[in-house]
Amino acid sequence: MEFLGEVLAWYVDPHQWTGRQTLGGEIGGTLLLAALSLAVALLIAMPIGLYIGHTGRGAQAAVSIANIGRAVPSLGWMGIAYPITTALFARAGHGLMPSVIALALLGIPPIVTNTYAGLREVDPDLHEAGRGVGMTEGQLLWRVEVPVALPVIMAGIRSSAVAIVATTPLMSLIGADTLGDYIIAGLNLNDTVRVFAAALLVVVAALATEALFAWLERRATSPGLRARAADAAAGGPFNAEPAGAAG
Amino acid sequence: MKAQPAVPSAPTGATSTTGAVVALEHVTKRYGRGDAAPAVNDLSLTIGAGEICVLVGPSGCGKTTTMKMINRLIEPTSGRITIAGEDVGVLPRVELRRRIGYVIQQVGLFPHMTVADNVAIVPRLLRWPAARITSRVEELLELVGLDPAGYGGRYPSALSGGERQRVGVARALAADPPVMLMDEPFGAVDPIRRERLQNEFLRLQEKVRKTVIFVTHDVDEAIKMADRIAILQRGGVLAQYDTPDAILGSPASEFVERFVGADRGLKRLSLGRVRDLQLTQPVVVRPGDSRSDARRRMTEDATGFALLLDAADRPLGWIDERDLRGDGPIDPESAIPGAPTVQPETTLRDALSTMLLSSVQLGVVVDERERVLGVVSVDDLSEALRGGDGATPSARGGPQA
Amino acid sequence: MRSGQPFIRLDWLVDNADQLARRVGEQLYITVIAIVIGVIVSFGLALLVRRYPRLGGPILGIAGTLYAIPSIAAFVLLIPITHLTLWTAEIVLVSYTLVMLVRNMIAGFRAVPADVLEAADGMGYTNAQRLWRVELPIATPIIIAGVRIATVTTMGLVTIAALIGSGGLGYVIVNLGILRQFPTATISGVVLVVTISALLDWGLAILQRRLTPWSQARAG
Repeated sequence: MEFLGEVLAWYVDPHQWTGRQTLGGEIGGTLLLAALSLAVALLIAMPIGLYIGHTGRGAQAAVSIANIGRAVPSLGWMGIAYPITTALFARAGHGLMPSVIALALLGIPPIVTNTYAGLREVDPDLHEAGRGVGMTEGQLLWRVEVPVALPVIMAGIRSSAVAIVATTPLMSLIGADTLGDYIIAGLNLNDTVRVFAAALLVVVAALATEALFAWLERRATSPGLRARAADAAAGGPFNAEPAGAAG
Repeated sequence: MKAQPAVPSAPTGATSTTGAVVALEHVTKRYGRGDAAPAVNDLSLTIGAGEICVLVGPSGCGKTTTMKMINRLIEPTSGRITIAGEDVGVLPRVELRRRIGYVIQQVGLFPHMTVADNVAIVPRLLRWPAARITSRVEELLELVGLDPAGYGGRYPSALSGGERQRVGVARALAADPPVMLMDEPFGAVDPIRRERLQNEFLRLQEKVRKTVIFVTHDVDEAIKMADRIAILQRGGVLAQYDTPDAILGSPASEFVERFVGADRGLKRLSLGRVRDLQLTQPVVVRPGDSRSDARRRMTEDATGFALLLDAADRPLGWIDERDLRGDGPIDPESAIPGAPTVQPETTLRDALSTMLLSSVQLGVVVDERERVLGVVSVDDLSEALRGGDGATPSARGGPQA
Repeated sequence: MRSGQPFIRLDWLVDNADQLARRVGEQLYITVIAIVIGVIVSFGLALLVRRYPRLGGPILGIAGTLYAIPSIAAFVLLIPITHLTLWTAEIVLVSYTLVMLVRNMIAGFRAVPADVLEAADGMGYTNAQRLWRVELPIATPIIIAGVRIATVTTMGLVTIAALIGSGGLGYVIVNLGILRQFPTATISGVVLVVTISALLDWGLAILQRRLTPWSQARAG
């Protein structure tokens, strides 16, 4: 119990809030890095997922992406990105660059597979109906398919976000400023309080991300689709493994 | 003292055992608190050995509940059920069920076992010697019309709906139980196949003579299959328990009248079978026969059609006499495709329906291998109806009244 | 990075083959223990839910909450209690395995068709016979599918456990590779993890096919 007291004391210790490395800074760094990586992942994964989901072409690609995403551990993306960026960019290849690349690569598979699956599930009759009233392919996609597939797509984004947040602390190993700094330092110095305190914050961040995106999912789902949304909330079709287990 | 089994186990390999008498005495089943209406209320019923008793009634009448109390899948709240005089409540449930055949609508074949293994389930539970099990499985598959060599090693997912039903029946008969419970066993297949399965089961019953409790919601099926029908009202109240003929001829109450339906008269056609009729022999031709020869043989035939058969005596279609003009061999293409067939066990009602479907208005009677036995016409049917008071119900070795 | 050196140094791989082999051994050892314990415990929980279906909700709910916890945090949070031993890692790994497998096993048992269960009861199977001879064989494909996912995921988690000193290929990737700026170790570590995961997955897939000969048949 006194251990917990020490942990709480660590949070409010002014030492944490001054100097080069502050708790606030590290927390901010973690969240910013995660957000940036998620944005990059979305930027890459959504167009791919929307395309193969809408047209139905490249189903094999979707399956392969899912398999690769499952087989490569989170540490693995880091292990691939870091040597390459440092080889190409030397000093600039530390820290932010490989971290964003690794985290984005981690976050892409759930978004692609869920977007693809969600769009595939849309009743083909809706396609016909939409084309029948004169919608263009683009209108069909955005006004009909995406809203109907939204719960499943959001579940994929949620899964991706939680995995990214859970893995961001590991990026301290390659120079990023995240809560992982405290964990690594603490492990090296045998400072259990520091390690525990930082880990607790990581858990809070992950759970908060989960809650935030679950809320967004609910807001984004039209009431008419609530039943399907309940299904998707269970994780979506490709979400067999725990998100936190990625990080 | 160890309880004796309620029913004797089968003698070595014999396919026919006399069924046992099943008696329900004041059986009640109540769910929930005391004041809820009972699902089955004080039902008493005796089913004679070797009889088919059909439980029929509207939904909520407790027919399935009643059936399931016999093998104690549902336990009665009060009352007694006996098989061959022994109370079923005395024997351990698992042992009881191994001596009762059970067939349900979706069949419930074990997907992870072959057809042969499925059929062998109860004999294996009863620890029969392996050789006896193997021969019994073969025997049963043949009995239900499935070639053991072809079907034994197959898995249920490779079978059609009708084939699965047959395996289900074979499986229920495997340990030669004296009592069979069947819950809408033919409900999951299309009407044509259902008719065939019903006929096959009736043929089977003639050989094995089990006591069968058969549940259905279909009155016509009840009339066709039953030695005696038990019509149940809501709450398991017995409205009438009698032979199909008696129920149709003298319904005991307004409920029975309504339940049987306003077409009671037509339904009596279900009491008669095709085998009660006189079959006529059509003019038979085969592909390649000479037309002039066929024409000559048709001079005495009033129908104006010849029946085209294949090499195995199975019907291919009817050929109009007018298509037989000229010389040369008969062209199989000239046959009107599809000669709807009936079997000896088909009820007159179904036969009439079949005949009216054919443009030729004749019913081709075939045996279980689809070989032609003869032909019946609508006239033959009305002839039979006119002679005596309705069609004579065919003898099935039914109950001693 | 040392200039003048090739990106991947095959000679290093050859020289350190025995150490790599040892790390692979550690990786497999930890993974297999976690999976085996996980399978046994989740099977027990699934039997419990089979017997008392009401427990399904709470058990799956707890599993659901546990899944959102990042593994690095989970490993680390256990240190005050179990200190830096193999048990720290194993407890966390088994927990994650449970989370995945319990859901899977329960789903497997629920996938047995109702008519098959009814037929089994009606024919006179005892409860135990029904479980072992009917439900378990039918649930096997779903269960093995879950074990496959759990195995691959656990391999990934074991690499992270290297950060708290449990060795394995994570040590190769991080300690020998990233922290020493040595791409050869980093990349070969990743390649080994992915390859071994794929092999394990493939092996289990073959096992799945062997155990379920009936799933190949289709109605004609």
